[in-house]
Amino acid sequence: MKEKRNLKVEAIEKGTVIDHIKSGQALNVLRILGISSDFRATISFVMNAPGARGKKDVVKIEGKELSVEELNRIALISPKATINIIRDFEVVQKNNVVLPSYVEGVVRCTNSNCISNSNEPIKSKFSVIQSEEEGVTLHCLYCEHLISENIAENLL
Amino acid sequence: MKDFSREEIDYVLDTAEKLEPVARGEERSKLLDGKIIALLFFEPSTRTRLSFEAAVQRLGGKILNLGSVEASSVMKGENLADTIRVISNYADLIVLRHPLDGSARMAAEFAGVPIINGGDGSVNHPTQTFLDLYTIRRESHLEGLKIALAGDLKYGRTVHSLCYALSLYGAEMTFVSPPELRMPLEIVRDLQKRGLSIKETDSLEKTIGDVEVLYMTRVQRERFPDPEEYEKVKNRLKVTGDLLRSADPNLKILHPLPRVNEISPEVDSTQYASYFEQAFYGIPTRMALLALAIGVIE
Repeated sequence: MKEKRNLKVEAIEKGTVIDHIKSGQALNVLRILGISSDFRATISFVMNAPGARGKKDVVKIEGKELSVEELNRIALISPKATINIIRDFEVVQKNNVVLPSYVEGVVRCTNSNCISNSNEPIKSKFSVIQSEEEGVTLHCLYCEHLISENIAENLL
Repeated sequence: MKDFSREEIDYVLDTAEKLEPVARGEERSKLLDGKIIALLFFEPSTRTRLSFEAAVQRLGGKILNLGSVEASSVMKGENLADTIRVISNYADLIVLRHPLDGSARMAAEFAGVPIINGGDGSVNHPTQTFLDLYTIRRESHLEGLKIALAGDLKYGRTVHSLCYALSLYGAEMTFVSPPELRMPLEIVRDLQKRGLSIKETDSLEKTIGDVEVLYMTRVQRERFPDPEEYEKVKNRLKVTGDLLRSADPNLKILHPLPRVNEISPEVDSTQYASYFEQAFYGIPTRMALLALAIGVIE
């Protein structure tokens, strides 16, 4: 009898595991981290995996530990994600993502008349506001426009 | 405008008051003697440009004008950042008027000299707000003012920033507009969070007896797809001699101008009309902002 192949993502020796990502947001997590086709390290991810708190996505990046600043951007689209730094197959550090107070060059301003959407040599800049009622709101530091919905759809 | 504290606004208005005799031509000033002020207007705004030119000249400064955008390097595809970097080498201060929101903030990042925002995009026109505040202070009073803002409150940028500035002085505000052009809800909520009392109505008649300042704005025809609807609204929001019979004798009427027919000409000669004086107050206010930004007054 053929051995049942394990299709689940395997443990990694060294790198970063981003767990408890809001279901369906794994690809946006890669975008927000600036990971595209020219990224050399092995990336694996699971979408809609069953977890204790409902469905979740998981992203594993092998051989590379990302900076805290890069990882915290994930909080914009998935505030409950956790970061596990792995060395020798062991989790050496586990943190929740922390919402940054400022982000640059990550999200496009949804005001089409904003100077940051023109051909000027600048990056978009937002201060990040969190409130219990409205969740995460981005405040454009150029045009003062507020973005509280569809942040994931406006990632650069 | 939200970046300014009440103390900073008061300081600008105090400075404007000191410079008023110069603005009227009664005294001479050499505050900007030897200084070059570049006026970069990327969209037409004759009134704002002329009032800046007058302010510079009253203070003895020289003006460098961009001229028409068509004839400039902008048409060759140069971005604003480069234009600002170049003009920074020619002038001691740049006044910028630009159609994109946030352009003045970006310009300040690239400029080696101070930038004054002469209106960017559809959101900010801070020198207009300063001159509105100055007019209110000179013609009425700022603290705890009872003010009605009327007309196009949805798109009118001058009323938005004026509301925020007046919130620093604890104003009681009444917003008078047709339902289609109401003050955006987020602004109303924001002002209420700051502890202000806000009333909303569509009737000037019910409001006019209870306010000390009426700030009128123009309702633009293009906001209404149905011309009939526009006619109705236009006639409902009109200041006439009749309407003013129930006004407080100390009422002052302001308007950023140009007006179309929202204030009938018979009002011009009454004690209520302050809109032409308001246009003059643009000069001392802009003189104060120029002198403070360039550092000749500290």
